[in-house]
Amino acid sequence: MITKSIKNNPMKILVCISKSPDTTSKISFTENNTKFDEAGIQYIINPYDEWYALVRGIELKEANGGSVTTITVGTASDDPTIRKALAIGADNAVRIDAEAKDAFFVAKQIAEYAKDKAYDLVLLGKETISYNGAQVGGMVAELLDLPYISLASKLEINGTTASITRDAKGGDELVEANLPLTISASKGMAEQRIPNMRGIMAARSKPLTVVAPAEVAETISTINYEMPPEKSGCKYVDANNMEELVDLLHNEAKVI
Amino acid sequence: MSVLVYIDSKDGIAKNAQEAVFYGSKIAAKTGGDTIVVTSGNLDNDALSALGKYGASKVIAHNSVDLDSQQLTKLVADVANDNGSKVVIFSQDLTGKAVAPRVAVRLNAGIVSGAIALPSDDFVVKVNAFSGKAFSFVKINSEVKVISVLPNSLQPEEGAGTAEVQNESCDLGASKVIVKSRVEPTGEIDLPEAELVVSAGRGLKGPENWGMVEDLAKALGAATACSRPVADSDWRPHHEHVGQTGVAIRPNLYIAAGISGAIQHLAGVNGSKVIVVINTDPEAPFFKAADYGIVGDAFEVLPKLTAAIKAANL
Repeated sequence: MITKSIKNNPMKILVCISKSPDTTSKISFTENNTKFDEAGIQYIINPYDEWYALVRGIELKEANGGSVTTITVGTASDDPTIRKALAIGADNAVRIDAEAKDAFFVAKQIAEYAKDKAYDLVLLGKETISYNGAQVGGMVAELLDLPYISLASKLEINGTTASITRDAKGGDELVEANLPLTISASKGMAEQRIPNMRGIMAARSKPLTVVAPAEVAETISTINYEMPPEKSGCKYVDANNMEELVDLLHNEAKVI
Repeated sequence: MSVLVYIDSKDGIAKNAQEAVFYGSKIAAKTGGDTIVVTSGNLDNDALSALGKYGASKVIAHNSVDLDSQQLTKLVADVANDNGSKVVIFSQDLTGKAVAPRVAVRLNAGIVSGAIALPSDDFVVKVNAFSGKAFSFVKINSEVKVISVLPNSLQPEEGAGTAEVQNESCDLGASKVIVKSRVEPTGEIDLPEAELVVSAGRGLKGPENWGMVEDLAKALGAATACSRPVADSDWRPHHEHVGQTGVAIRPNLYIAAGISGAIQHLAGVNGSKVIVVINTDPEAPFFKAADYGIVGDAFEVLPKLTAAIKAANL
């Protein structure tokens, strides 16, 4: 007997993309530590958004048909990172034309855009590497009244059911839910893709729609920043004298 | 005005849950009100009543496991509304990450995630920013405020109180996320909330050499962790991977053996209070972030350290 593999329905997928300073960036502040100094900062697509959420979205589209739209809240200076997402394989992009003030502002813009467009999946990274806040996904899900599965390391679609492996205390657990869903991606959901020349050329002519932002009341505000105290320097202990290390950890550092 | 704290009490009260209750009670003490805990799980009332030690006056318990984020949001938001709570506290653990932002939206509350200290009187909250390279001070301006507390950010003090336990069985609707298979608790120390962590990298040369890492962890009562290449090579399970694309941790003590200390690794551990680095290469960048350094071969140093810990009998 020949079993035919199930061909899923084409899916409408929305992937939320944000930028983040490259990890190697040197961080400094201006105006009496109230403003982040962007001079010389190289921005990248937040790796969780790009390597896992975006690539898995593209893989699902390649397998089943459908479309992948990226959405970013940002200014025209974000366009290069958005073009990169298109070069990796998204079909089209939306940019909500505003500074991404805070997580709720971003979530509200995404939800306002998505609410009447019937996406089957809203995908995003589990958190940004800069703030590790993990807020936007849950907020978008709440605003769209969708189930939210966070920290997913595997995502398979079978018809209208999603099978998801997600981080659980001490390991992974397998869950199932029906589309539509909001899912945040952690490491493992896909493999990073490097855009090829054809993708980069194609990205130039893919649609990037700029949309005016919705009004959002501000609920939080950043007051100032602070650099952590400098480490006082490394105290070296002889490799043959672990008794001394134990003594230092117990009596000086008081951590054991 | 009461402070509401949500904790997950499935299979016990984890340390990060104690921290969240203690954090909430410190705020309640300042603002003048009760600390109410709302929880879902399977614990008996005696175990829940003991949360009074951390400052809870009342525990509202929904006897259920596997609630999805929509059900939990309804539970927490309804209890907050019923009790007029203006501050809602979570732990920034797996459940807190999924539920706190939803609750904030439902309560029209401003939210700060990953607090590493108590808020000031006008609700300015300190958090890590820029991959742990700086701190940011964020003020919550809304009437209702949600804060999730980064595990191991403050030491809960134990008092003498007991909490009144109220069993709640309100209808939260059907779960839309069905758990098909789960991890059985192993009794091992969970990495994100561990106070002591022993971690190793490629310098260990292969998974067969992890016995000495586990021996040291056992002697200390520490959790084990690893660097990204180790997890990527499947020498260790991926949930042990600390660093930028893995877990971010802030233990009291982080011992790193055979890890060079790439910036992506540091991003996951630079909140550790004390860092010990063991590496054969004196030029390894990790020494710059270390409090104590041992230039030496992990294969020799780890067993010696384990023996010294056992001998000290702390």
